[in-house]
Amino acid sequence: MSLRIRPCGPEALLIDLDDIGLVGAVYADLLRLRADGQLPGVQDIVPAAATVLLDGVADPRALAARLAELEPRPQAQLVGDTVEVRARYDGPDLDDVARLWGVSPADVVRIHCETEFRVAFAGFAPGFGYLVGLPERYAVPRRSTARVAVPAGAIGLAGAFTGVYPRRSPGGWQLIGTTDAVLWDAERQPPALFVPGTRVRFVAEDGDQEDGDQVDGDQMTANQAVGHDSKEHGSG
Amino acid sequence: MNATTNMVNMADMALTVLSAGLLTTIQDLGRPGHAHLGVPRSGALDRGAHRLANLLVGNPPGAATLETTLLGCTLRAEISVTAAVTGAACPVRIDGRPAAWGAPVHLPAGSTFEIAPAAHGVRSYVAFAGGIAVPEVLGSRSTDLLSGLGPDPLQAGDVLPLAPPTGPPADADVIPHAAPPGHLVLPLALGPRDDWFDPTSIAALARTDYHVAPASNRVGLRLDGPALKRSRDGELPSEGMVLGAVQVPPDGKPVVFLADHPTTGGYPVVGVVPATALDAAAQARPGTLVRFVPRMGGGWT
Repeated sequence: MSLRIRPCGPEALLIDLDDIGLVGAVYADLLRLRADGQLPGVQDIVPAAATVLLDGVADPRALAARLAELEPRPQAQLVGDTVEVRARYDGPDLDDVARLWGVSPADVVRIHCETEFRVAFAGFAPGFGYLVGLPERYAVPRRSTARVAVPAGAIGLAGAFTGVYPRRSPGGWQLIGTTDAVLWDAERQPPALFVPGTRVRFVAEDGDQEDGDQVDGDQMTANQAVGHDSKEHGSG
Repeated sequence: MNATTNMVNMADMALTVLSAGLLTTIQDLGRPGHAHLGVPRSGALDRGAHRLANLLVGNPPGAATLETTLLGCTLRAEISVTAAVTGAACPVRIDGRPAAWGAPVHLPAGSTFEIAPAAHGVRSYVAFAGGIAVPEVLGSRSTDLLSGLGPDPLQAGDVLPLAPPTGPPADADVIPHAAPPGHLVLPLALGPRDDWFDPTSIAALARTDYHVAPASNRVGLRLDGPALKRSRDGELPSEGMVLGAVQVPPDGKPVVFLADHPTTGGYPVVGVVPATALDAAAQARPGTLVRFVPRMGGGWT
C-alpha cells in the first residue's frame, strides 16, 4: 500500500490512513526515523484517530515523496510501558452505559477491567489520552449535554475510546468511574502518564478500601491548574 | 548576607505589577515538541514584535516578555533596568513623562513604567534586560490560556523576577513603525481538508469579506462572514492541528488557529495560513476586514 499524504501548510504534512490500526505502526516508524536523524527539523509528530501529523518540516514536498515509500506493518505497533490504573467504578453514567451495552453495571466493570487498552493518541488537554481496546460494539455516544465541570480523575467513554480527565474541565464523555492516578505532572518525565503507545489496565478498587494508596508514589504530586476549554478542542 | 546574595534577591523582586490592564501574560517562543502529549505550542502571538523587543534590550530572542492586550499595563521597576516596548503602538511613560516606544529606555529603580492603551493594533510586547525569570514549564515560560500551563495572567500586586542582563542594549534609533493596515490579507495554503467543502464556496473565498470577531483570543482569530459550505456531512475523526490552521466549525465561520490552539481537533481544516502572516493577525482588532488569498496544495503538491 502507499500512504495518502495531504498538504498542511508550508511546514507540515498530514498522513491519512484508512485503517486506525495503522496509526500506531506509522507513528512508531516515524519515531524510529527521527531517532535515526532522518527527519531533521521535525518538531512534532502527532498521532490521532486516523492520521499522523508531521510539523516543523523544512521541505514537505521532498519528505512526502520519501514517506510515500514507507511500508507500515500493523504488527509493528509501538509497544510502550504498561500502567495499572486503580479505579472506583462510581461514575454517574455507569447505569446509562450498562443500558447502552445491554449488560449489568457489574458487567461493565468486568469488561472494562478485562480489556487491555493502548493509548492511541493524546489531545483535548495535556495528558488526556484516547485509549483504544474496547470493541466497536461497545461504542457509546457522548452525552447530549456536556457537563460544565468534570472532576480530575474522572474515567469516561466516548465512541469506543476510554479517557481519563487530567484536571477539572468541561466534558461530554460518559463517566463510569474515578481514579486518583496523576495523569499529568509537568515536573515528571514524561509529564503525561498516558503517552501514545502506553498499555493500560484498569483495576477495580474495593469500595471499602482506604484511599491514599494509588498508583506509584512518585506520581502523587500536585495536578495542574484549571484552564479553559474551547469548542474546537472538540473531544472532551 | 553578602553583596551577591543581595543582588540576587533584588532581581527576584525586580518588577511590581500596578495594573495588569485587560489581559497581560508572560510569553516567550513557546513549548513546541509536546503536541503528542496534548500540549499546545503557546508563545508570543506577534513573534516579530517579541523578538524585536528582546533585541532592543540585548536579550536573546527566547527571553520572556510581557504581552499586553489593548489596554497596556503599568509596572514599578524595583531595580534600575533597561526596557523596550514594541508591537501595538502606544504611549509609553516613565514616572508620568513621555518615553520612547520601539527603543530601549532606562527605568530608574522605583520608577513607574506605564504602557498606555494601544493606539493601533492589539498586543504590545514589553522586554526587560535579562528577561522575565519565572520558572519554566516544559522549557517555556509562556502562559497558555487553553491548557492552563505556565504562569497565570498578571494581576495587580504580582512581583516578577528578572534574570541578569546578557548583552548590551541595541544601539538603535527609534525603529520605523507602520500603522497596521485597515485590512488583513491572509495567504491560505489549501488543505488538508479542502475537499470537505463545496468547490464554489472555496472558489468564492478569495472574493469574500470576513471581519475579525470580538470573541477572538490567543486560541484563535474568529471570523464573521459568509459560512463556508460543506460538501459532505459527518464527523471528521480528531486529527493533529498546526499553527495557522483555518478550522471550520459547523456554523461555517472560519477560525484561524493562533499559538494557544488545541493540538487535535475534529472540525475540518480548509487551509493553513503561513506562520509569517500571523504576526499581523495578532494585531488585528475586532471588526478588521479580512481577505484570504487561497492557493492550491500547500504550495508543494
